Amino acid sequence: MKKSVILGMAGAACLAAGMATAGTLDEVKQRGELNCGVTTGLAGFAAPDANGVWQGFDVDYCRAVAAAVLGDPTKVKFVPTTGQTRFTALASGEVDMLARNTTWTFSRDVDLKFTFVAINYYDGQGFMVPKALGVSSAKELDGATVCIQTGTTTELNLADYFKANNMKYDPVPIETNAEGQQQFLAGACDVYTTDRSGLAATRATFAKPDDYVVLPEVISKEPLGPLVRQGDDQWADVVRWVANSLVEAEDLGITSANIEELSKGTNNPEINRILGTDGGLGKMLGLDDAWAKRAIAANGNYGEIFAANLGESTPIGLARGLNALWTHGGLQYSPPFR
Amino acid sequence: MTDQPLQYVRTEMLEAKAPPSFQIGPLRWARENLFSGWLNSLLTLVSLYVILTLLAGVAPWFGHTVWNAGSLSECRKIIHSDFGPNADGACFAVIHERWNQLLYGFYPVEGYWRANLALVGMLLAIAPILFSQVPRKLLWLSALYPFLGFWLIWGGSLWFPISALLGFVVGGIAFRLMVEKSTVLAAAAGFVVAWLWWFFAAGPVDEGLSAVLPIALESVQSRDVGGFLLSIIIGISGITLSLPLGVLLALGRQSNMFFIRTVSVGFIEFIRGVPLITLLFTASLLLNYFLPPGTNFDLILRVVIMVTLFAAAYMAEVIRGGLAALPRGQYEAADALGLDYWMAQRLIIMPQALKISIPGIVNTFIGLFKDTTLVVFIGLLDPIGFINAIRATSDWNGIYWELYIFVGALFFVFCYGMSKYSMYLERKLQTDHH
Repeated sequence: MKKSVILGMAGAACLAAGMATAGTLDEVKQRGELNCGVTTGLAGFAAPDANGVWQGFDVDYCRAVAAAVLGDPTKVKFVPTTGQTRFTALASGEVDMLARNTTWTFSRDVDLKFTFVAINYYDGQGFMVPKALGVSSAKELDGATVCIQTGTTTELNLADYFKANNMKYDPVPIETNAEGQQQFLAGACDVYTTDRSGLAATRATFAKPDDYVVLPEVISKEPLGPLVRQGDDQWADVVRWVANSLVEAEDLGITSANIEELSKGTNNPEINRILGTDGGLGKMLGLDDAWAKRAIAANGNYGEIFAANLGESTPIGLARGLNALWTHGGLQYSPPFR
Repeated sequence: MTDQPLQYVRTEMLEAKAPPSFQIGPLRWARENLFSGWLNSLLTLVSLYVILTLLAGVAPWFGHTVWNAGSLSECRKIIHSDFGPNADGACFAVIHERWNQLLYGFYPVEGYWRANLALVGMLLAIAPILFSQVPRKLLWLSALYPFLGFWLIWGGSLWFPISALLGFVVGGIAFRLMVEKSTVLAAAAGFVVAWLWWFFAAGPVDEGLSAVLPIALESVQSRDVGGFLLSIIIGISGITLSLPLGVLLALGRQSNMFFIRTVSVGFIEFIRGVPLITLLFTASLLLNYFLPPGTNFDLILRVVIMVTLFAAAYMAEVIRGGLAALPRGQYEAADALGLDYWMAQRLIIMPQALKISIPGIVNTFIGLFKDTTLVVFIGLLDPIGFINAIRATSDWNGIYWELYIFVGALFFVFCYGMSKYSMYLERKLQTDHH
């Protein structure tokens, strides 16, 4: 009897869960707040500042979506998630979207039932070595000791790469990036490997960053981007086109400085459409016409967000590389707004 | 004749001579303790060398401490300009800048007084429990504190905790009315009445009183509670709840009643066989799937429940050890006096068993308090979680020892305090004569 009650409750809960995922957009509007899953802290991507305000590349995406949907970029509740809790938090509805430097892979998309809506950062695994080692290419790393985070895709990539190039290495297993930095600085390993954005961020924190170099080889593809639950296409569209609008804005030269000026109307129909001067696009999304204007005004266009959080003027100092616009030899490309 | 002093006997005592210089003070102590033989002398010299080398490495680092800087690079610049280009130094400026975050998390700044008041209230509330010299009247505060503390920290309407408290009051009244007939029946009646109150009456009472007399603090979300505030909330609630629960489980395990014994044994063995981190993942992840979406089953509350259950299972075994150490005669003496089960437990068995178990109990408490840092794995930002978050900002990325030293020191203060108190308590309760 007791068992049947519990099972019944669980069943009702699952049913309710199924029903509630029907309209995330309406739910967010009704709640008046966007629940956005971010990391518990990753340099350049998401971290709270001294006043407890979250800052970073991923954080700006949450704010852009909140600005588009709710009209206010501050109406975001940031939910810090760890590598283990992130997917459950999204699947169970605790967060509406994840912007948590998550790599788009086949199994995450298909098997875990998520929808990756965009790629906002093309990352890849790289190597960092002390300059004193005199190495200029990863092909010369035969027999090196390598600091590697256990249980990550980077560990598998490393093994594949060394095997394919017929080289041997000595792994020094580490648990966190913090530990890796200390071990590498203390000389416990010759090479430190992780995503290149992470390597750049780590190198920037060293007392003498010039004594270390990041090798040119990129041994894996790590396309990072925001994701939502599968099965709610309207909401996926909202997040996807907010992300696209940021890239398109850079392409069209819309910046946070000139957006007010441009939204009064220009002779470029594409700009008029994206900023809602020529109406119609917003309604198809279930939003008003100024949605993309607000999203871009929140933190600027893609280039501005990149420059403010990861770019060459920040301590992390990443070049655009693959993340440049397609017109500049990169991969950032938005389908047209029409 | 007898009054005549003897010529050859001194009339006054000789001045005491000072002992030889190597027989007094630190010199003698050193000779007896450090250089009593060639082996000990050698060991002393080696140890001295090790200590001095360590100090030589660490002292300049602490000596070059910078307390005011906005980022790690600024800190390094100050160290280099003050102590030379190759100097290395501690950058405790990060603690200075992130002090509030490490202590309160994202708690709203204008609400810090509430957290502080809750802490002071907590100290006042546990004082009469810890020290018998404190006036007994303060015990009323101890009983009310859980509701007061909850209201201070989470805010909201004052009538919510009060209507919850009233559930205990009506339950207590029901117990009182029935206790003449049978203790068990009275306990059941109190339980049922209290639950009925919480399910049916508490909500309307809360709403009604809020409408008549709205007294409320600005409510704070659980996600905003972090830092040491979070550790202390989880630690203290876990400690205070796990002790009574542990006592009941220990008694249940020794009970003659089959059902109660089986449930107790099953619970204890299950919880002890599962790592705490698994329970925490259950609390944060699995429950999310089972609860209907939109249910506001607070994450901190879930964690407190899991931590409490975990500690209670260990506590039960510690107390069972104390019970087992009591001579059989104590139980028989209680029976001979005609005491019923609960009176015997309250007056004879438990006071002795708990006294024996003090070191084990405090051991469990300390373990529980340190285990609260595991919540970092479910994304709650306790001090350890904030270390990661702070290190992820571009200003402080690369800082390491300073943050861990600070958090370690704070935890040490708490745990050392607990251990000192347990020693005091053991001395105070010592009734056997050696």
